[in-house]
Amino acid sequence: MRFFFRRLRHACFLLFGVSILAFLFTTLAPGNYFDEMRLNPQIAPETMAALRAQYQLDRPLPVRYVSWMNSVLHGQMGFSFAYNSPVAPILFVRARNTLLLTITATLIAWGIALPLGVWSAERFGRLPDRLLSWATAALLVIPDLALALGLLVLTVRTGWFPTGSMTSLDFGSLSLGGKFRDLALHMTLPVAALVLSGLPLLIRHVRAAVAEVLDAPFMLAARGHGIPRRTLLYRYALRVAANPLISLFGFSIGALLSGSLLVEVVMSWPGLGPLLLESILSRDLYVVIDGVLFSTMFLVSGNLIADILLYWADPRIRTESAAR
Amino acid sequence: MTMRRPLAKWLVILGVLHAIVVCAGFFAPYDPIEQDRKNPYLPPMPLHLLDAQGHLHLRPFAYALKLREGTFDQYEQDTSQSVPMKFFRSGAGYRLLGFLPSRIHLFGSEDARICLLGTDAYGRDQFSRLLYGGQISLLAGLLGAGCTLSIGLCVGAAAGYFGGWRDDALMRVAELFLALPWLYLLFALRAFLPLSVSPLKAFFLIVAVIGAVGWARPARLVRGVVLSAKERDFVRAARGFGATDSYLLRRHILPETSSVLLTQAAILIPQYVLAEMTLSFLGLGVPEPAPSWGNLLSNLQQYSVLVSYWWMYLPALAMVPFFLGYLGLASSLQERLEPYKIERRSPGSLA
Repeated sequence: MRFFFRRLRHACFLLFGVSILAFLFTTLAPGNYFDEMRLNPQIAPETMAALRAQYQLDRPLPVRYVSWMNSVLHGQMGFSFAYNSPVAPILFVRARNTLLLTITATLIAWGIALPLGVWSAERFGRLPDRLLSWATAALLVIPDLALALGLLVLTVRTGWFPTGSMTSLDFGSLSLGGKFRDLALHMTLPVAALVLSGLPLLIRHVRAAVAEVLDAPFMLAARGHGIPRRTLLYRYALRVAANPLISLFGFSIGALLSGSLLVEVVMSWPGLGPLLLESILSRDLYVVIDGVLFSTMFLVSGNLIADILLYWADPRIRTESAAR
Repeated sequence: MTMRRPLAKWLVILGVLHAIVVCAGFFAPYDPIEQDRKNPYLPPMPLHLLDAQGHLHLRPFAYALKLREGTFDQYEQDTSQSVPMKFFRSGAGYRLLGFLPSRIHLFGSEDARICLLGTDAYGRDQFSRLLYGGQISLLAGLLGAGCTLSIGLCVGAAAGYFGGWRDDALMRVAELFLALPWLYLLFALRAFLPLSVSPLKAFFLIVAVIGAVGWARPARLVRGVVLSAKERDFVRAARGFGATDSYLLRRHILPETSSVLLTQAAILIPQYVLAEMTLSFLGLGVPEPAPSWGNLLSNLQQYSVLVSYWWMYLPALAMVPFFLGYLGLASSLQERLEPYKIERRSPGSLA
């Protein structure tokens, strides 16, 4: 328990630091949201000054930081100039869409990688294993951008799946089953892109971890006891090999919000990525800060979850931290 | 020391690939920003050796393209009009390696242009733009990695060597940077720099931003190496003989970090090339008319291009051999330079 609290405290400090860093970066930048208005002769300079004053853009940095912090604590997370509303509701909807995409993709990727990696480790160095190695290597050298764009080009030309956005135009009028089907169809393409770009590394890690364990003398002993193959692989080998995989899993959780940025933009999925890009281009600074902070929170909590899981799964770590 | 075979192999592959891009002026048949407004979105022109009558030609040729009847953007091959490929032809002027003026191109043609990868909306030759774009993207990757590694080296060496509160402070900041999602940080930093600037300025801006973002990981690795090197016997001996800090660092400690830095470079360069591509693709990077691998792809964001002109996608595949080369290089460097660190079966290595 003490271990847990120490990690939690650490994470909180980290988030605090990131918020200051993000604030510094964004406010040191030249220009603000209202600068575009200077080009419009119908808006008087006084109006612009008044707008800046209204949104506190003319106040010194610490004052703005404190007032933003205050608004975060009240659950509003600052104010978006472009959407003319508090950031929190906008952000939550987008984050929900992103999570829908990435959680599905992560589950599928791990669901494929675990059995495939174990299967490959069992045949280590033989033909099927080598073929799989080559396949993952081939996937690994295709950059994410090329992969996502390639899938998009393919789909647009063949028309197998709907592209762009999350739902069809008539989504509201569909029945529940129809809604589900529509959403699933729209998700297929971005999920495929995410799974394919994440899969090779996962498979390689699972394979490496399990292959390492399969050589151990206790595995030979277990086999000698006549424990069935499946039990041997999944109950014994995988559990011993879990340590690096848990760290990797924590990383998968951490990347849930930030990992799909490119895919979302390419496939125009209404998630956090496009929102961030839009607000960067229009200098909607609180949205940017909150977006960065939100995804950092995920990254940090992913690491935290991994730490806790490791603590739970690996007795060596428990004794180590108890001794400290 | 003799080179082990895989390392040499990857170095040769990468060398050839980079040489092609560095000498883009020679290998590209046309000027990358030369427009041909009458021929927008030409499809790729395949090279042939056999003509329509089944005769074999020793000189490769392409067929000229003509508009299909009743359409305005559909081309078809005009088999009556072949365009033979001429080698070492003089064409648009360029400067080889940036200073040697030359007009000789690897290939060209007499009447119609041969556009191997087609043309873009302004009729610019995609193949030439791809080669010239590689110069910008790869240079951005190289310089960015250089920046990152020098920052990482300085910070890591300072933290590891001096220790104490300096170590604590620097490593806390590094942790902060590691906690931020990389792409988001890149965006946020880029976002708050001027948006519309000239290509050259934009290029250096990109390099600076990319280079500044990723220093934390190499810094941590360097720190680890310096920490262990500091306690080695020969370093202690040198210190005992009265060597100064700067001498120790320069002579004994920093050379120890070279293997980590080399491996990190092989990992970082493709990652940074991809970062440049991503930024330019999204319109935050090198702007038109200068070609870069990212902005070559950016018109794929239009639905009409996606549907009708699929060959605009082909430049995306140019990265693949480079990625392969760098990945291979990174894994064989790792095997060679840090054998004690590698478990027998490294997941990151190729096959």
